Amino acid sequence: MGAIGIFLAAAVGTLVIGMVASWVDRKVTARVQYRVGPPLFQPVYDIAKLLGKETLLPERAKGRGFLLAPVVGFAAAGVGAAIVWHANIRPAEGFVGDLIVLLYVLTIPAIAVIYGALASGSPHATFGASREMKLLMSYELPLVMAVLVPVVQVVKGGGGATFSIGQLVTFQQTSGWALFSLSGVIATAVALLCIQAKLTLVPFDLPEAETELMGGTHLEYSGPPLAMIKLTRFLLLAVSPVFLATLFVGGLGDAASGWSWLALAGKFVVFLVLVVLIRNTNPRLQVRKAVRFFWFGMAPLAAGALVLAWLGY
Amino acid sequence: MGLGIWGLKRSPWVYHVNVGACNNCDIEVLELLTPRYDVERLGMVLVGSPRHADALLVTGCCTRQAAPRLMEVYTQTPKPCIVFCIGSCACTGGIFRHCYHFARPVDEVIREIDPDAIIAYVPGCPPKPEAMIAGAAAALSTL
Repeated sequence: MGAIGIFLAAAVGTLVIGMVASWVDRKVTARVQYRVGPPLFQPVYDIAKLLGKETLLPERAKGRGFLLAPVVGFAAAGVGAAIVWHANIRPAEGFVGDLIVLLYVLTIPAIAVIYGALASGSPHATFGASREMKLLMSYELPLVMAVLVPVVQVVKGGGGATFSIGQLVTFQQTSGWALFSLSGVIATAVALLCIQAKLTLVPFDLPEAETELMGGTHLEYSGPPLAMIKLTRFLLLAVSPVFLATLFVGGLGDAASGWSWLALAGKFVVFLVLVVLIRNTNPRLQVRKAVRFFWFGMAPLAAGALVLAWLGY
Repeated sequence: MGLGIWGLKRSPWVYHVNVGACNNCDIEVLELLTPRYDVERLGMVLVGSPRHADALLVTGCCTRQAAPRLMEVYTQTPKPCIVFCIGSCACTGGIFRHCYHFARPVDEVIREIDPDAIIAYVPGCPPKPEAMIAGAAAALSTL
């Protein structure tokens, strides 16, 4: 199977998982509020409807960038999905430093959102873009430090210095999950909260803020481009829990065994439900408080986890 | 029936436009989202921007101030879209029809810019949430 085949299989498969995940998100939210919630195929209906609607271009929008941004974000999320799945299914075949590439690739959707929002020429979207920028700058540092913890654990465990996700997974198969240590627990918690911000879910939904910015960054989008933004969300919602499971709880392991796929599904559901529950039990933070939370709360915690991992805890 | 219409029948996102209501219809519209009626099980979601909307829920007697703004909101809604006139005032002008501030009924304002607009009427003062759901079902079945 060529590179394009792997990319298509990963993107489409992840999309299906992401649609189910987004339904779980809406259904759990509805149940928490004592509502019934939408049917299973609701994400499919939404996308089909949006694809059939007309695309409106705001008068002040810079057309090309405005319409290109969602496509770039979607493509980047698809590449991220391909890297994560490839590293899990064939851990021996990954390239050197795919962890670093993955961290960069998963940042591109956020940058595309900022670009599209600024190109739309709407003051609400501009506000959303500036908030997204602040959020991006605040959560990236703790996320990178948390992701370094399993890498340091491999170094201390005698696996050699590596930035290959495949080697991190193989090391965890032989010497236990990264989560089973003090530094691992702290790093997982920090990474989970950073992922929450990456998905721009409550309490870090500042860029969208339905009640004050009316959708913020994607306010001016309609029809197919809006469908593209929704699809990017589905991809990220599916990739992020798999990313966490890969780094901290051993990922897939043996790809030929059905049990390891079942175990991965279990890990996925646990991380997804944690994200949904955090979303449903917290109010939205102010920009100031979100930045302070990540810089002065999460970043020192992640740095402490790095030191603990270096000391062998 | 195209794929878009098939999806539209199952996920109509609504945008709420108040063009001079006394707030009574607005309260009943918000009632649709509460656990008792929960229209999200029918795919309906209240969205914050007309660009995301498939249906406009228009409440109130259309005032001279609001009429041009209602037209602007309608042109910013991507087609196909449905306009719901919620309540007697939106349908006909109701008890305010002889007042100085009253422009025209909502359907006439919308028809002025788009003669082919799909308009549904839900009369009542205010209409019950059940009536609004029945109206939505009737309007979507004609698409």
